Amino acid sequence: MGARFRPGDRVRVVAARPAISVGRAHIRTPHYVRGQDGMVAEVMGPFRNPEGLATGGDGLPMQVLYRVRFPQAQLWQGYEGPAKDTLEVEIYEHWLEPIHAA
Amino acid sequence: MSENPERRGMHDMGGDPDHRWSGPVPRAEHVLAPWEKEVDAIRTLLGRKGLQTADELRLGIEKLSGEDYARLSYYERWTRSVVHTMELKGIIAPGAFAAKVAALKGQR
Amino acid sequence: MPHDGHDHDHGHDHDHAPPPDDPSFSSDQAIAARALRLLLEEAGILAPGEVARQIDRMDGIQPSMGAAVVARAWADPAFHDRLIATPVAACSELGVDLQGTHLHVVENTASVHNVIVCTLCSCYPKMLLGIPPDWYKSYEYRSRAVIEPRAVLAEFGVAVPEEIEVRVHDSTADLRYLVLPARPAGTEGWSEEKLAAIVTRDAMIGTAIPSA
Repeated sequence: MGARFRPGDRVRVVAARPAISVGRAHIRTPHYVRGQDGMVAEVMGPFRNPEGLATGGDGLPMQVLYRVRFPQAQLWQGYEGPAKDTLEVEIYEHWLEPIHAA
Repeated sequence: MSENPERRGMHDMGGDPDHRWSGPVPRAEHVLAPWEKEVDAIRTLLGRKGLQTADELRLGIEKLSGEDYARLSYYERWTRSVVHTMELKGIIAPGAFAAKVAALKGQR
Repeated sequence: MPHDGHDHDHGHDHDHAPPPDDPSFSSDQAIAARALRLLLEEAGILAPGEVARQIDRMDGIQPSMGAAVVARAWADPAFHDRLIATPVAACSELGVDLQGTHLHVVENTASVHNVIVCTLCSCYPKMLLGIPPDWYKSYEYRSRAVIEPRAVLAEFGVAVPEEIEVRVHDSTADLRYLVLPARPAGTEGWSEEKLAAIVTRDAMIGTAIPSA
């Protein structure tokens, strides 16, 4: 299946649950990155969706999984470390939307 | 159970949003007790047999009350979740687990 | 379950009774685990002895397996490149079967120090490194490693210079991470066995740095 984003793309983690997740009880997107802007570090390929797998479903359709990189200083107010420190999280495609250049 | 989309589960603790786990990382380590290895093995086998996905295990743990989540040890949480999944799937009948525990305690 | 409650039928229910000096044998936790196993055996889901064999298999998976992989990567540049590009196939060259794990290798360099955490639960490359350490599963580590990694690393005795980027990996989904530490100075000419001996479990999580 095709990946919507490529390495280097700027993406935003949606803040609320996208439609596919409504009513799903098990979410693998941590709260601390929701609504945050990051950059695609690597496209890891399609995986079954944990939101379906958690409730006895087959996890289909598959979701492309990305490693998304965030600057630590952006995630945490008062981050005590150099500006170059980063954090990467695995995020499924339905939790990401593109950021268009202003 | 009703699910509030805004609600953050207790398991979602990155960044210590509850200011509850701000102390030093505890560094004491223990060798797993035989029962802990037993739970680990049961869970691995159920996963391999397609009877409990990793996500079903996780969801079963996330459904614990905040009090239980904080109080129970790692493999006690796993035990709870495996039993929960097996009951959902009808592999363990309602009440059968408590009855088996009581029977084993009677032998103790 | 005709034998339940028979005080004199003790051996029936435990096909691999642990040694009588196991202090946890009669604990509530151990009884719950036993009850679960027996119910699954009675349901025909698990064969008698299957759990014991799986325990033995898991006991055989130790951090030394990961250390051998790291040492090979240090000693053999071509293997290093294969480990980064196709980690599962590279591990199988050393006889390590990752059993479906999607291993992802992150390399410490002169400019980046990687450290792994799973904030949502305790995801860990168990098929390569064995059972994760208690601290990795602790709520303190899971809470703090993302927001103050340098403070957490300092508790482990790791001081990362300001000019080196600390990159935290929150293992939230399908990948399992191995940190490939930098080969320390002073190890030139060492055998793979000697190299592997300095690669600790924590070094492969990112909370330790190997030294000669």
